[in-house]
Amino acid sequence: MNVLDYLKNNIIYMDGGMGTLLQAEGLQPGEHPERWNLEHPEVIIKLQKMYFDAGANIINTNTFGANSLKFDQEELEEIIKAAIANAKAAAAASTGVQEKFVALDIGPSGRLLKPYGDFDFEEAVAVFAETVRFGVKHGADMVFIETMNDSYETKAALLAAKENCHLPVFVSNAYGEDGKLMTGASPASMVAMLEGMGADAIGVNCSLGPKALASVVEQYLEKASVPVVLKPNAGLPREVDGKTVFDVLPDEFSDDVAGLIAKGVRIAGGCCGTTPAYIEAVVEKTKGRKPLPVEKKNITCVSSYTHAVEFGASPIIIGERINPTGKKRFKQALVENDIDYILNEGLTQQEKGVQILDVNVGLPEIDEVEMLKKVCFELQAIIDLPLQIDTSDVAAMEQALRRYNGKAMINSVNGKQENMDAIFPLVKKYGGLVVALTLDEGGIPDTAAGRVAIAEKILKTAESYGIEKKDIIFDTLAMAISADPNAAKATVDALHEIKHRLGCHTSLGVSNISFGLPNRDAINSTFFAMALENGLSAAIMNPFSGDMMKTYFAYRALHGLDENCGDYIDFASKYVPAAAATTVTQLTAASASEEYKSALQKAVVKGLKDQAGELTAKLLEETAPLEIVQNEIIPALDIVGKGYEEKTVYLPQLLMAAEAAKSAFEKIKASMSTEKGEAAAKCSFVLATVKGDIHDIGKNIVKLLLENYGFDVTDLGRDVAPEVIVEEVKKQHAPLCGLSALMTTTVPAMEETIKQLRVEAPWCKVVVGGAVLTQDYADRIGADKYAKDAMESVRYADEINAGLRE
Amino acid sequence: MIWAKTYAAPPVNEREGLRYAGCHFREATVEERQLFEACLSEIQGKLSYKVCWGRFPVKKEGICLDFGFSQVDSAGLTKNLEGCEEIILFAATIGLEIDRAIRKYTNLSPAKALFFQAIGAERIESLCDAFCEEQGKALQAEGKFLKPRFSPGYGDLPLEMQKDIFRVLDCSRKIGLTLNESLLMSPSKSVTAIVGISGEEYQKEKNKCGACQNLDCAFRG
Repeated sequence: MNVLDYLKNNIIYMDGGMGTLLQAEGLQPGEHPERWNLEHPEVIIKLQKMYFDAGANIINTNTFGANSLKFDQEELEEIIKAAIANAKAAAAASTGVQEKFVALDIGPSGRLLKPYGDFDFEEAVAVFAETVRFGVKHGADMVFIETMNDSYETKAALLAAKENCHLPVFVSNAYGEDGKLMTGASPASMVAMLEGMGADAIGVNCSLGPKALASVVEQYLEKASVPVVLKPNAGLPREVDGKTVFDVLPDEFSDDVAGLIAKGVRIAGGCCGTTPAYIEAVVEKTKGRKPLPVEKKNITCVSSYTHAVEFGASPIIIGERINPTGKKRFKQALVENDIDYILNEGLTQQEKGVQILDVNVGLPEIDEVEMLKKVCFELQAIIDLPLQIDTSDVAAMEQALRRYNGKAMINSVNGKQENMDAIFPLVKKYGGLVVALTLDEGGIPDTAAGRVAIAEKILKTAESYGIEKKDIIFDTLAMAISADPNAAKATVDALHEIKHRLGCHTSLGVSNISFGLPNRDAINSTFFAMALENGLSAAIMNPFSGDMMKTYFAYRALHGLDENCGDYIDFASKYVPAAAATTVTQLTAASASEEYKSALQKAVVKGLKDQAGELTAKLLEETAPLEIVQNEIIPALDIVGKGYEEKTVYLPQLLMAAEAAKSAFEKIKASMSTEKGEAAAKCSFVLATVKGDIHDIGKNIVKLLLENYGFDVTDLGRDVAPEVIVEEVKKQHAPLCGLSALMTTTVPAMEETIKQLRVEAPWCKVVVGGAVLTQDYADRIGADKYAKDAMESVRYADEINAGLRE
Repeated sequence: MIWAKTYAAPPVNEREGLRYAGCHFREATVEERQLFEACLSEIQGKLSYKVCWGRFPVKKEGICLDFGFSQVDSAGLTKNLEGCEEIILFAATIGLEIDRAIRKYTNLSPAKALFFQAIGAERIESLCDAFCEEQGKALQAEGKFLKPRFSPGYGDLPLEMQKDIFRVLDCSRKIGLTLNESLLMSPSKSVTAIVGISGEEYQKEKNKCGACQNLDCAFRG
């Protein structure tokens, strides 16, 4: 019988701890327990038989750490083969008459995935895939992915299982005392992601005892539409008379687990510190009980690597600003690969309170597949909001979804058969909440009825792909009322019908409605209110629009969705109408003083970022951009730089000033990209932290200062191979290259880079820096210059640049 | 047996924090102090303080040390473990959120990134201090004392030893700490160290920098 068939009408019991039992049999600290499958099969069979005898249905093979990072391929296969054979031998030898299954056990790799570790997502998928393939080949009945404490690694393991076998897959995570995974994921976010990807059962193991895990398990039971697994520890270990004992004994353990089975847990076992006695007690107390049915929860949600966002009565704001349409500066950022600018658009929207970020980076002149993958990855490194991946390029969509850490929102599918056939398989495989546009081969129907008919067709097709209604959110398409006076009505009527008759959530790109009209915010915010009243669940909008945000907060307060009107009051207290904002004139008058030549200079020296930006914007009304740079910003930077060299200014102040200057430069850059004429930039400068080294704070400081001083900096990032650096220097014919290393172990990589530069780019001057470097080291590895700090790099670069001009 | 524990936040040593950022405590400007405080309050609630550890015997032959789980040659550690027959091996981390903050501000605000780096350094050192103090107190019952901690990468103790440490302490499972291929740790604000258990109380050197050979160090006391 298949384990899933058995699960339909029965509680399933799993085994308990293995590590503590093996230690009692003589496993040494630091020894690989997986090798015991080959070296001491009789011990493994004996212990696993004890679990079957105790009543367990599922025994996990002794393969927790069996992966290609720890064992070579040949040994790995031997281990997995023996482990499955051992578990099957235990099943055959057991006197138990229950249904028995052998699960291929997969634990974490022990490495952390990028961006915070050095393990690439696809590499992780490949490592797990190899274990899965051997497990299938040697006859495992199912796969048990367990003790995962990082959501991204869990995704890699589940994806590997799904892509390499058709066996049932159970997934279990290890939560800390704070109720989250080590890397921050909540139970709701894990349920969203794992269910979306098609895990057959999900749950919780290790870390804590059953009482301490109860609240996490209850969250699983509340959110999950698949069976829930519970495999807790026997509490916490203590030392008594030189022996390790766990503080929860079988009687208490089985009471607690039985209590959670009564609340709906369907698969129960034990983890660290538990023994066959614990499992036997659980079986005894719950055997023959009729299990609670697993109910569909119909939760519409998306998730990030920390939390889930649910669609319900309170509307969701999706930030629209990561999108090049109609934005010159954003297009420039895409073309120049200026990821920081794009990230900043994400961060500022987060500050404004959006719950989801739309990400659209489509531009004909760039490689959208690579750019979308990169932007999503970088956004997920620093922003914990779920993303709405917005592209019409199916390949770009697949790559982004594959690497997305969580359950993404997918923008979009439409009623065209070809489009549905391309998008729905991705939704099924990677999970996601997909935005469905009510248009098809015949275009956008003028009437509400026409749009609803398309919605019904989309739902039917989705069903044939195994995608549930809860994972589809309809966009009934806001069209310009300037072109068709009935446009708003058709959109809102269709919305109402889809929400109330079809029972689906809805979303709109609100601002299209006012296209071609003056004072668009007035139309947009009123239309937004109409749509909300008719059942709009989410809006893709600009959170910087005060009028839109007013409608949002007012709607929530009026509908009783905002306790004590708290959010509204908070919003209103911060909301300042445009006309009343502090004028720069006041600012100028207030802050100029005798010590500094101008207010801008003072703002830069003091490191006042916002003021520096505002003052620059004001100055730009009358002064040429380059004049501001030459007469205001550079002299201010010089004051700070000189102070730093004379040790009257410390590093933080130097950086704060540099940031203020950068904010001034951002205004100047914006004004120049609307005017003609290029800045008289200084020469190009290629910058990198060398291969093997991931420290980049020093390098980033150098970059910031060089940019401040007008150099055209290309930052290749960290852990950069010599070949990549050489290639870039050659491509730009760059006269300057800066290399950074923090560890003694990576200085050889720096030496190798210099060696290659000497051969391939003999014109290039190489400046080196970093914590371990000294003048002596720099001489030995053949650098042109050792810079002890960022200012010295700038001074040297200025020197070389002046030489070039002569 | 390998133990694991989550600690309460140890008190913040602002002086050390500013020093790690490159500021002299008394001379920091108002703006610098304000930014330091702002960074501290932004991150404080998000940190977690976890340690896992075990107690091991050590056998010595010349400068060759045998801990059972690892054998290494190190003159520096041999000197440090004079008079010790046992050690405590520990790994400590303040979690991933500090790395997220550093990364978030790396380009957005390098000044804040610098302060987060400094706060991370101060926090993990304070956690190690709190852990060693607690262990030291417990050992007093046995009439034993702890030596100063010593980490792979200090002096001539090879960084390679990290692999053995991670295997025996099971750091990834116990406290969510992982080792990269280049032997660096993630989360980055983490420490692994060996602490000698001695029958005699260790007398702190007046100049704790005296033993270090980096004469050019900005932090040299």
